[in-house]
Formats: sequence, C-alpha cells, structure tokens
Amino acid sequence: MSDLRELYQEVIFDHNRHPRNFGVLEHPTKVAHGHNPLCGDQLTLYLTVRDGVVVEVSFQGQGCAISTASASLMTEAVKGKPLAEVEQLFAAFHTMLTEDPTEPRSDLGKLEVFEGVREYPARVKCATLAWHTLHNAVLGTDETAKTE
Amino acid sequence: MNATVLAPSFVQENLGDIPVARLRADFPILARSVHGKPLVYFDNAATKQKPASVIEAEKFYYEHTNANIHRGVHTLSQEATTAYENARETLRRFLNAAKVEEIIFLRGTTEAINLVAQSYGRSRFQAGDEILISALEHHSNILPWQLLCEQTGAVLKVVPINDAGEFIYEEFERLLGARTKLVAVGHVSNALGSVNPVKRIIAAAHAQSVPVLLDGAQAAAHGEVDVQALDCDFYAISGHKLYGPTGIGALYAKKAILEAMPPWQGGGDMITTVSFEKSTYAPLPHKFEAGTPNIAGGIAFAVALDYVKRVGLANIHAHEARLLAHAMSRVAEIKGMRVIGTAREKAGILSFVIEGVHPHDIGTILDHQGVAIRAGHHCAMPVMTRYGIPGTARASFGLYNTLEEVDRLFDGLKVVVDMFGR
Repeated sequence: MSDLRELYQEVIFDHNRHPRNFGVLEHPTKVAHGHNPLCGDQLTLYLTVRDGVVVEVSFQGQGCAISTASASLMTEAVKGKPLAEVEQLFAAFHTMLTEDPTEPRSDLGKLEVFEGVREYPARVKCATLAWHTLHNAVLGTDETAKTE
Repeated sequence: MNATVLAPSFVQENLGDIPVARLRADFPILARSVHGKPLVYFDNAATKQKPASVIEAEKFYYEHTNANIHRGVHTLSQEATTAYENARETLRRFLNAAKVEEIIFLRGTTEAINLVAQSYGRSRFQAGDEILISALEHHSNILPWQLLCEQTGAVLKVVPINDAGEFIYEEFERLLGARTKLVAVGHVSNALGSVNPVKRIIAAAHAQSVPVLLDGAQAAAHGEVDVQALDCDFYAISGHKLYGPTGIGALYAKKAILEAMPPWQGGGDMITTVSFEKSTYAPLPHKFEAGTPNIAGGIAFAVALDYVKRVGLANIHAHEARLLAHAMSRVAEIKGMRVIGTAREKAGILSFVIEGVHPHDIGTILDHQGVAIRAGHHCAMPVMTRYGIPGTARASFGLYNTLEEVDRLFDGLKVVVDMFGR
C-alpha cells in the first residue's frame, strides 16, 4: 500500500476533510465554474482581484478527495499573489502532473503533495480541475472549465 | 446479515455441473495481475472478458478465411459468407427469433437503437407524438430519441422509478396514451441492475397498438431472452457484453416492421440494383447492413453465444445471484456503505456509495488491490440525479467471478474506509 500513500498523502486527507477557503465570497470580481463530466466533479471558484492581485479566493462544489484537496491547497497558494505569478504556478503545476518528472520546473512547495498523481493518468484531471477553472477566471473567459 | 449465505469455503461453486475454476481457465486475461495482485474483474456490466475460443475464432478467421462477403465467387469469400451467415443463424437461435432475416448485424446496442430512431421513428413520427422511456435508461436509450425529437417535434416522456430503483408500472400506465408512438425501455438497468417488468410493459403497450423496443445490452448475458415469448418489436444487443468481441451487436425486429422501414445508411451490400435515376434495395436483413461489416466479430460473437449456451444462462443467472447475495450479506460490515438500487428483481450488479468517500477514490484504492470496478455515472446521469449523487461505485458480476473475489472486494473496501476514516 506504500505507493497508494504517495497518492493519498495525509495532507490530501486533511484538506479533503477540512477544505480551506470553502464557501461563497460576498462580492467577488470574478466567478468561474469547473466541471469534470466523467466523474461529476463540480466546482465554483470566487475571486476578488484588486490591482492585479488575488486578494480573496474561495470555492464551493463537490468532488473526490484529490479534486477537493487540490482546490483547497490552490486557494491557499494563490491568495495574495499577483495574477502573473498565479499563471506561473498553474503552468508549473500542470508540468508537474503531465510531463517527464526529470524536466526542470519551479518549486511548488506544499503543492508537491500532488506529484504522485502523475502515476495515475485517470486522476490527473481531478487534480487539475480547480487550476483550469482558475486559469479561465484569470483569463476572464466565461466558459466552464472541463477536464476530461 | 443473510444467514442462508454460507462462507465461501463451504460452497461448491458450480455453474450447473461445471466448477467455476474450470470456466475461469477458459479466460486467459484472468491469469494476469494488477498492481502485483491477481486481477479481480468486477466491471462486467461495462464489458465482459473473452474466452479463449472467442479470441481464437477471430485469429482463425484472419489466418484462414479473411475475404469480403456476399459478392465473391472465390473460395475464401464463400467460406467467409457462410461463416458470417451461420453466425446470424446462431444469434437467431439464441434470441429465438422466428426468422433469420429478423437479425440485423450492427456495431452494437447503441447503433441498433439509433437505427430504429432514424429509420422507424424519423419516417413516421410527427410533432406531438410521444416516445416513452424510463428514468433508468442508459444514455444510448435516451440520446437517439432526443435527437429524433429535435428532428420531428416528437416529445420524450419518462416513466419515473421508486427509491428502490424500480420502474413504477402505474406511472407507465398513466403515461401510455393516444399520443404514444413507441415505448423504449431497458430490459435490465446497467447502473442499478433492476430488472424491468418488460412482459407487462409489452402487453400494455400492444393493447394500444404501441410497439416496444427493449435495450437488451445488460439483460442478454444474465438470463434467457426469447423475443417471441416476450413479443417485443425490437430487441437490441451488444456482443461484447455477451463475452464476445467489441464492435459487433445486433438488432432483432419483427419482419413486417423491418420490411416497412426505409433503409438507414446507404452503401454497398444493401442494394439490388443501382443507377443514377433509381436504386433498389436488397431484401432483409441486408437492406440495413450497408458496407463491409465486422465479419470476424460476427463469427466470434456466435462462438461466444455458443459458449454462454453451453454454460447455460439459467446457471449463469443462479451463479450471479449467489455472488450478489454474498455481497449483500457483507454490506453492513463496511461503515457508511449504502447500496443504490435494491429492486426486488435484480441482476448481478452492486451499485453503492460510501459516506464521505467519492466513488473515484474507491475505484483507485480498489484498483491498487487488483480489484477492477466502475466508478462514476455509468452513462446513466439521470439515475444519479434521481438519487442526488454524482455517481456510484459499481461491482458487476460475470460467470467467471467467485465468492472469494467478492470477499476481496470487501477486504478492499475495508482499506478504503480505514484510509478515509482516520
């Protein structure tokens, strides 16, 4: 079961059970929806962006442990960050999950608990749903983010 | 707990007089391991594994017989045609259809239902006509009708289900009316395993001269199907759910109905004469079989049907019921486990949720223990909506599964609960 623990690390269980920044923002400047039709994961992301900085962020929705924990850790990671930096994080997170592990990429800190997801191709979309939704919100597209 | 279910070691696991261990040896894939554990394959409602005889039949065809059918004068073409048409006869006998030309070979159940919608439905349905389905349907028995409704202005009506996942017959009677032009229902639900009261449905529909299509994708591998006894007008099946290859299946329909239906797809093999002014169509069944079909698949499908018949559908049914009963007797051991779909009449499908654990997490953790189940909406999103859940985990049984494998499923579920429970 040791390699299963690589996927389901304690941090993931913690954020699944007690998601941070979970709920609705009163006056968000951006709202974006994410949907994974294959497993039914739904996510709504609320952002308050001022002067190009993510001041407030929260999410609501339902999903598996990986997708809930990913959304929770993402909100912690991007709060207070300028949008340009948020986009860099998105790119690095994406690289960590989908590309050759030997490829150099920037340090992702706490988000590296999701590194094990790369070994589970069917679950990569769970971990990236919140990030795709955020990416759409930052770009200002009204489209629902979909990971399939 | 069901006291009549014995512990596995005390049960002689036979299908008729054949020990399940002997049947397992017929399925090469069952020898493989997944994540270092012997494979437990419980995704049988999605597709069955194939016996060696089916795999061998495909190989033999390509190594010895391969040719196009129905138009060659050379030996290979004649042998291929004979083998393919013999397969059609095998399927006729399997379904107990009256005539061999009532069997149309297609890619599978989905294509069969689309054919009925686009040939039968499109040529005669008008705005306001109603098509009656149930809330249990697989998407393949919803979407073809929705497309048809968009094209013709016909209206889709849905018979609801109760909390046990049973078709509410009284609601069906209420919805069946003068505007109803077709009833299209699943014989067995793929998501929950519920067996629908199809004989009563057909009798009631026929009393009002309404034809009935049965989606038999799940049902045909779990019990005898006799289309004449059922008196259904259309019956759709898939080879791969009957231990045969993917990409082959069939539509059964009564001859008089098929004769009155316009061709669906145009192409080679479905014509008698072709000119630029007017072409004439081939007689049944070829009128509905444009293009070179899945010849090897059809031949191997018949081999699968022979295999299933040899084991015996009644024996398969009893075996799967025993597996389901054993599984049900263990449900209470798993904290927070709830079975979705508890119909009185049910095929070997165990759909469930565990409180606080998403089905996909269940699926991944079980996979790690070599146990393959399905997690998600099972192409039946309206069923999930009915229960207010995003999806379920589903273990579905086949003729080669064992009680010990059911125990491995529950060992795996204990790991799931341990991991998530702390």
